[in-house]
Amino acid sequence: MAFQPVKFYQTGTFTVGNRLLPDAERSVQANMRRTNSLNSGHRACQGCGEALGARYAIDTAMHATNNQMVAANATGCLEVFSTPYPETSWQIPWIHSLFGNTAAVATGIAAALRVKGRTDVRVVAQGGDGGTTDIGFGCLSGMFERNDDVLYICYDNEAYMNTGVQRSSATPAAARTATTPAVGPEPGNTFGQGKNLPAIAIAHGIPYVATASVAELRDLEAKVRRAMEFRGARYIHICVPCPLGWGHAPHDTIRIARLAKETGIFPVYEVEYGEVVSVSKIRHPVPVEEYLRPQKRFAHLFSPEPHKAVLAQVQAMADHNIRKFNLLEERAR
Amino acid sequence: MLTQTEGSHAVAEAVARCRPEVICAYPISPQTHIVEGLGSMVKSGALANCEFINVESEFAAMSVAIGASAAGARAYTATASQGLLFMAEAVFNAAGLGLPIVMTVANRAIGAPINIWNDHTDAMSQRDCGWIQLFAEDNQEALDLHIQAFRLGEELSLPVMVCMDGFILTHAYERVDIPEQAQVDAYLPRYEPRQVLDPAEPVSIGAMVGPEAFMEVRYLAHAKQMQALELIPGYAEEFRAVFGRNSGGLLHPYRMEDADTVVVALGSVLGTVKDTVDEMRDKGARIGVLGITCFRPWPHAAVRAALAGAKRVVVLEKSLAVGLGGIVSSNVHNSLAAPETPVHTVIAGLGGRTITRASLHKAFGRAISGKLEALSFLDLDRAAVDRVLVREREVRRSGPIAEAVLRDMGAPGARIG
Repeated sequence: MAFQPVKFYQTGTFTVGNRLLPDAERSVQANMRRTNSLNSGHRACQGCGEALGARYAIDTAMHATNNQMVAANATGCLEVFSTPYPETSWQIPWIHSLFGNTAAVATGIAAALRVKGRTDVRVVAQGGDGGTTDIGFGCLSGMFERNDDVLYICYDNEAYMNTGVQRSSATPAAARTATTPAVGPEPGNTFGQGKNLPAIAIAHGIPYVATASVAELRDLEAKVRRAMEFRGARYIHICVPCPLGWGHAPHDTIRIARLAKETGIFPVYEVEYGEVVSVSKIRHPVPVEEYLRPQKRFAHLFSPEPHKAVLAQVQAMADHNIRKFNLLEERAR
Repeated sequence: MLTQTEGSHAVAEAVARCRPEVICAYPISPQTHIVEGLGSMVKSGALANCEFINVESEFAAMSVAIGASAAGARAYTATASQGLLFMAEAVFNAAGLGLPIVMTVANRAIGAPINIWNDHTDAMSQRDCGWIQLFAEDNQEALDLHIQAFRLGEELSLPVMVCMDGFILTHAYERVDIPEQAQVDAYLPRYEPRQVLDPAEPVSIGAMVGPEAFMEVRYLAHAKQMQALELIPGYAEEFRAVFGRNSGGLLHPYRMEDADTVVVALGSVLGTVKDTVDEMRDKGARIGVLGITCFRPWPHAAVRAALAGAKRVVVLEKSLAVGLGGIVSSNVHNSLAAPETPVHTVIAGLGGRTITRASLHKAFGRAISGKLEALSFLDLDRAAVDRVLVREREVRRSGPIAEAVLRDMGAPGARIG
């Protein structure tokens, strides 16, 4: 039989092929000594993309720092579902201060560690899109600008889910939320520029910026690991679907996240010192309609019949991403 | 070492001798000279083992202090006025988390109308946030209170605000005794945090607390402030033993023996009040002064005892509870053993309005003769107020209020003093 190289992703199933790999190359989650930093028993909804993303990201950061890590957490779903007094799911030193100050709190922790000579202990800050792109934006920009030694992770579920699905500056165009209802002549969220935080992070000239997705967990782990190899401000923006807010089945979280990537709506890429160093290519190009249709927040785009003009606008945004990041896999001619 | 120096510089020297580990700063007048001084000490290496972080807002300044303190560092910041309001959410948070941050508040008015001059509205707006609030009478005390503040805050795991009058103290050159490092080291032990973010012993700080325990957590904050009332006199006593001078404590009584009229005040105005009282004493008036050094926790029992012999109380305050009157006077009234004792609230010095001995003589004299109103405004230009009120009755679009007052006054700068 001819030699066949091991593949991580087996065509059609996307199963993570850990068992086929030597120990050293296996994922952190597959490691018997993984830290379970966000332990089981927390109160996230079934199918929560944020809980999944946080579990992978923080366990990987712990692994990368030899468990010498402190986390600061913004107010939001992740904070509420993980620490209902008197319980906590966190197996790491963890602080929640406010909604809008997480990056600054992390700066303070990093400063304290530096002055105490504990530069072996690393700092991760994390929050949802509201805590990152809206209310925490000032502190985040300040942390970037000073290049403080903090990895900031944004779990982007594209609205204020904790307070009942209100619009944030990360909410996509046309999406229905509690404050952008699907009524009137232009239902759902308005079409604007959006607030492209990875691009804004890159504009700060920080060493490392990446986007990631819960549909590509090996890639997510690799990016967190890579981020921990740098000193200074780093930013990872993770697409984490929310069954409650997006209106999809809990078992479809990863499928929806994958469609966000495969349509080009959520480009997955990696930037070091301002240069794009990798992009996750689209394996099976699909029209945006396939991503939008299974989500109730976009139901008004298909009822009573498809709003072709709006769908074309969303498709144009996805196509723009595909061109900008050269997302299509090059095929043999 | 005795030296002639600016109040802000004196405070910076005191803070530096407390060996802070993280200082965060965002500029706002009249606090700037303090953090500039500290910043240059860190930059030059004179203040070693200290991170000086220039942040993008006061909200970030307090948040960086929160993170630093939670990670076990001695943290300090300074602010004033709008800055204190801008960080208010984090101010409450620091107290709720029990983090012993020390912050100077260079007291200044709150806009609108924007005004950079001194009054106490900023500190008073945060009086119930859970911080200990100490008010300095002069620059020596401002310096001394910072050293005591770190000691007290770290013992109780509570944040402490040292309030000093903006410009009047921060920018005034006075003779102060700047302590030796060895003295401060003898008085202020190493910071041993009660809670710390430590990978060797992971804890979750800042969990969500529901109705089942929130009352208890809040009560504990109150209980700690009550403990502060017990600790503060002892710390002032120890301070005297090490540094050889009286500073701090709960109250500063002055010529209270046999006084039937007592003037209550906070901060730098106490100097003017004492001079006025001296002159009135010379003419036979039985009048004394009660300076409040510790405003939060409110020294209820001590105020009650100090005012036991008073036939009337005049509370001179540099803040206005709009729609009510006096803030300090409400606290004083609560502490009177005989609630029927008249308490006169005199609102004075708002936005830097000069408080003169002449005006105080008049107000105190009226109090003694029973003619002072329950609530009065020292040197209020009633005619200027009335002109605006008349215009508002007559014209719908009467225009912005502050501009109208200024236009009517002509050249207000000439009137100050």
